[in-house]
Amino acid sequence: MNPAVLTGEHFMTGDVACAEGALAAGCRFFGGYPITPATEIAEHISARMPEVGGTFIQMEDEIAAMASVIGGSCAGVKSMTATSGPGFSLMMENIGLAICTETPCVVANVQRAGPSTGLPTQGAQGDMLQARWGSHGHYEIIALAPSSPQETFYQTIRAFNLSETYRMPVLIMTDEMVGHLSERVVIPKAKTIKSVSRPRPKGRKDRFKPFEPGPNGVPPMAIAGEGYNIHVTGLTHDEMGYPDMTVEAQDKMMARLVGKVRRNLDDIISTEGYRLEDAEIVIVSYGVSARTSLAAVEEARDQGIKAGLLKLNTVWPFPEDQIRRLSERVKGFVTVEINLGQIHLEVERCACGKVPALLAGHPGGTIIPPDQVIETLKEGF
Amino acid sequence: MNQHKKQQSHPLDGLLRTDRIPHIWCPGCGIGTAFSSCLIAMKESGIDLKKTVMVSGIGCSGRGAGYANLDSYHTTHGRAIPFATGMKLANPELNVVVFSGDGDLFAIGGNHFIHAARRNVDLTIVCVNNFNYGMTGGQVAATTPLGAKTTTTPVGNPEPAFNLPLLAYASGATYVARWTILHTRDLTDCIEEAFLRRGFSFIEVLAPCPVNYGRRNKEKPLDTLRIYQEQTIIKNDAHPSELDIDFNRGVILGKFVDVERPTCSERYDDTCRPKELLEEEKAA
Ligand SMILES: Cc1ncc(C[n+]2csc(CCOP(=O)(O)OP(=O)(O)O)c2C)c(N)n1
Ligand code: SF4
Ligand SMILES: [Mg+2]
Repeated sequence: MNPAVLTGEHFMTGDVACAEGALAAGCRFFGGYPITPATEIAEHISARMPEVGGTFIQMEDEIAAMASVIGGSCAGVKSMTATSGPGFSLMMENIGLAICTETPCVVANVQRAGPSTGLPTQGAQGDMLQARWGSHGHYEIIALAPSSPQETFYQTIRAFNLSETYRMPVLIMTDEMVGHLSERVVIPKAKTIKSVSRPRPKGRKDRFKPFEPGPNGVPPMAIAGEGYNIHVTGLTHDEMGYPDMTVEAQDKMMARLVGKVRRNLDDIISTEGYRLEDAEIVIVSYGVSARTSLAAVEEARDQGIKAGLLKLNTVWPFPEDQIRRLSERVKGFVTVEINLGQIHLEVERCACGKVPALLAGHPGGTIIPPDQVIETLKEGF
Repeated sequence: MNQHKKQQSHPLDGLLRTDRIPHIWCPGCGIGTAFSSCLIAMKESGIDLKKTVMVSGIGCSGRGAGYANLDSYHTTHGRAIPFATGMKLANPELNVVVFSGDGDLFAIGGNHFIHAARRNVDLTIVCVNNFNYGMTGGQVAATTPLGAKTTTTPVGNPEPAFNLPLLAYASGATYVARWTILHTRDLTDCIEEAFLRRGFSFIEVLAPCPVNYGRRNKEKPLDTLRIYQEQTIIKNDAHPSELDIDFNRGVILGKFVDVERPTCSERYDDTCRPKELLEEEKAA
């Protein structure tokens, strides 16, 4: 029997690293449905869950997978699912349920090229705006984007910690390239892994209001079977969790749901800068594209262009302030992503016309070669 | 004053969220009766209510969870069963009951129903079958009888209806029963029996929706109840294939299936868990 945390050096794919990261974070329920290129996450975790005392189930579709994950989490168990584009589409309604009911859970989307069945075995980053807005209504979401198997391991742990801290779904927006890439992954000792659990209620059970916010705007979470007799609904609700069909209740609930993210941006947003100090042109990228962008920065510098990279580890919420501040001092931005302009739109919005914001994009199926980035740089600036 | 208080108490007070009354159900609606049967059964069964959870989907029937003074979850349309599945598998100590409507469980959620039955997830499913989508104003459902009028079959339903007990049986449910809200004693007994056993239990409750279904099909609330009394036949152990709903021919009620089969969690532990781990757990 292997332990939950496989301390040591490994050679593993991003998908396997995602599964191992989940187990290391304390995930003990996985409801899945197979889809290329995310299947290996379910396969790996199906073998590992039983030996760490958790449960894996392959549900009948992704709608059920997502619903089961929310149920698992409400029963007090850290829960996740993993999918790719078509399955991600099917999960959208229940992702909204998790937002509205403030249920922690993690969804990994190993992106492939769409629309529709698209290129099932070839990667893309075309679901970035769906990640942001795919479920109906207005809401805030957290989405992370790893660039390597090692990062996938750590970001999966972080995804759980953020979801438990803020009681909301957190998306790991990886891609086929990273998911299927085998690289060195170092898994640290179990006791060095920081694992966060949802805030828990204290005090008298009969006075407990399940949706009364704590100090950071997040309500403590009672789980099923503890005797709190909570009611949880996807209808607009008051602090008791009871449906309240008034505009005032909607205002209040939404202010809190949105506010708990917006007030904690410093904790949630993580970016990395590379040669940004003196950069005149900032490449903005994430996931596998951040790797090719790194090569492009080097190449550009060799050619005398002062380029730097802003790598987004957290894509949503978007690091607006950082882009705004940069736009005060740089000559422009190039967003590198495997779609035809999604995060690019955000960069453009935040650059606010002060400097040009260009795109080095591709509709999917292949990475963006550094040459294409250099070309965009040269043509644009 | 005390006298007044006494009059106002209700045998189910502890199990009802009295602070949420009045409820949304229309006068003459059958859901309330099915719901109280469910709560009475819960109380009489003696199961640990602290460990009992009610899960509903969306619809008038799906509002049930909101009135039960238990941990209660009002989920998305059609998804109560997979939600409940996740809950039960994540914590097998919970008693999980799904209370929802025919549209919710058998149209949009039909796929989940058959798979949960196949897996024998230890859940009790109480389905209020009012032959239509009450909440959205009375559209045709997968249970609407052939020829019946609804807002989306204004000249009559061209499609045949599901025989729900047959579907449950064929999918692997280990307990299957059907009653109407007029047969509250039998209904309550069956729900209680279902709570006390392991495995996937399904109880169909025929219930009037006078406002949307009855009105369009020239059935006054009392007519519906009369039909439930006069046009039904109690036949326990009837073969599920005999259970098509046709009130002209007579509708069969009773308990039809009651068999033992290992549950989803039991099979998972037996098949997938390393033996050492199970032994460790036993020792602990
Ligand atoms: C995804 C989705 N589609 C449609 C609806 C609208 N809707 C709400 S309740 C309902 C039908 C409910 O019918 P049933 O389960 O029979 O419950 P009843 O109201 O009859 O008790 C529908 C279609 C919805 N809420 N969600
Ligand atoms: S619409 Fe029909 S099902 Fe809904 S509460 Fe009214 S009578 Fe009951
Ligand atoms: Mg109905």
